[in-house]
Amino acid sequence: MKLLEIAGLETFYGASQALFGVDLDVAEGEVVALMGRNGMGKTTTIRSILAMTPARAGKVRLGGREIQAMRPHRIARLGIGLVPEGRRCFPNLTVAENLLAAARSGRWNLGEINRLFPRLEERRDQMARTLSGGEQQMLAIGRALMTNPRLLILDEATEGLAPVIRNDIWAVIRVLKAEGQSILIVDKTLSELLPSADRCVVLEKGATVWSGRPDELTPSLQDRYLGV
Amino acid sequence: MSISRETAINLVLALLLLAVPFIAMQLGKPFYVTLATRMAILGLAAIGLNIALGLGGLVSFGHAAFFGIGGYAAGILASHAFSGQPLDFGLFAVPGSKLMPVIWAVAILAGGLLAAAIGSISLRTSGVYFIMITLAFAQMTYYFAISWPAYGGEDGLSITIRNTFPGVNTLVPQNYFLICYALLVVGLVLFAVLRDSRFGAALQASRQNEVRVASVGIAPFRIKLAAFVISGMITALAGALYADLNRFVSPSMLSWHMSGEFIVLIILGGVGRLCGPLAGAMLFVMFEYILGGLTERWQFFLGLLLLGVVLFARGGLIGLLAGRARHG
Repeated sequence: MKLLEIAGLETFYGASQALFGVDLDVAEGEVVALMGRNGMGKTTTIRSILAMTPARAGKVRLGGREIQAMRPHRIARLGIGLVPEGRRCFPNLTVAENLLAAARSGRWNLGEINRLFPRLEERRDQMARTLSGGEQQMLAIGRALMTNPRLLILDEATEGLAPVIRNDIWAVIRVLKAEGQSILIVDKTLSELLPSADRCVVLEKGATVWSGRPDELTPSLQDRYLGV
Repeated sequence: MSISRETAINLVLALLLLAVPFIAMQLGKPFYVTLATRMAILGLAAIGLNIALGLGGLVSFGHAAFFGIGGYAAGILASHAFSGQPLDFGLFAVPGSKLMPVIWAVAILAGGLLAAAIGSISLRTSGVYFIMITLAFAQMTYYFAISWPAYGGEDGLSITIRNTFPGVNTLVPQNYFLICYALLVVGLVLFAVLRDSRFGAALQASRQNEVRVASVGIAPFRIKLAAFVISGMITALAGALYADLNRFVSPSMLSWHMSGEFIVLIILGGVGRLCGPLAGAMLFVMFEYILGGLTERWQFFLGLLLLGVVLFARGGLIGLLAGRARHG
């Protein structure tokens, strides 16, 4: 069954159109990589899924229910957990408060998050703004998981992190995948992304131009759609 | 168990205020009991505002509306109880009351309803517009009170005898102080519980970034409205106590000076700090009494003090004594 279905999504920033028809779906338990060069509409697609930049045309369904006319907090509550680009925590709340503010009942709770990210446990009473970049990213992922989402969206979750931390985050993504968490992921590290993804969707100039299994994304296709 | 420096300072402040009336009676200066009661009541009113302003970042310049409506709830109920005429609502009539718990309940309810009405419109704006729209609503209640002759209009409304509390002689100043002090403590506990709850975390998070809050499934508008209503209720309760302290209610309780005073109390004491409002109220009343005795222009010096706090001690008195706020 399809968890997320997007068809013909068109989004504008003021008068300028950013998405010209994005089609995308994520099945239960599937990890889908959303790919494309910079400026092709990946983040805009994510913002439109959550209605932070509402789409002007097209449909977004979550579990069969149309959500494109809902407000962001309603959509989040229906089961989408977002890890936004640039590790956006609440800087002036402690680690524990950041997690607590998002909490919704389900499998993920403070204890489980601490088991996933032992570093967050050590820093629980520290202000989020005092954490390192990697720790803030862990906190952002933890906060999204605390909402117990049906679909987790990771927007550039490993960007700008030290290789060691990057590996930790990928390890966590693999754990989540193994547990059957549905994930929509945007990332530039193809060497990690392709083995983790079940399917890839490529955007170009605000529209879906290719989708298929990672092994079908040949080097020539990679060069055509993702090369600089 | 070790206690933090701020907790220690809070305890000292609370005990200091509790001690004032007893020391005053020993010294034979009953007037100080009234001053201490005033500190407790203004502190409670500012605790209410501190929930909106300190935790939610909502700079309400209209909290006098809630303070005043609480005061008028006390004055109106008492005047009907005194005259024996019921309050006529057209379809039904209810008797007045001289019982403080009844008056408090009505004040809290009225404050909550007014805050829900004002909040549901004002919270659609933010920043300077929020400040101005809350001010505008408060001024509307002010002019409404002035032009309402049934309850004294501009002259205000006297409460002939202080209202009663079962089992306590409220006419004894120390007793009334203790009632107000007990409610102040309840207000402080409520603030602490709210601040440390999931609600408090979400409220502080929505102050920092509304979009991010929505992305974790929290409706920023609703959470702010809830905070604004709770805030208005507490300030309205303080208003009812204030009316009974002075045995008088007038439109001045609704004026923008009053709203400004609450903000000043919080800035003096420490924005968002548990005992910031109390520290601010104690400092303010003391200042008003000591300097007010020396010069009519005591507010000039208050202004200097405020300037000093804003420039050199952003955390207010509590910040100065206990260090930086945990939440910046």
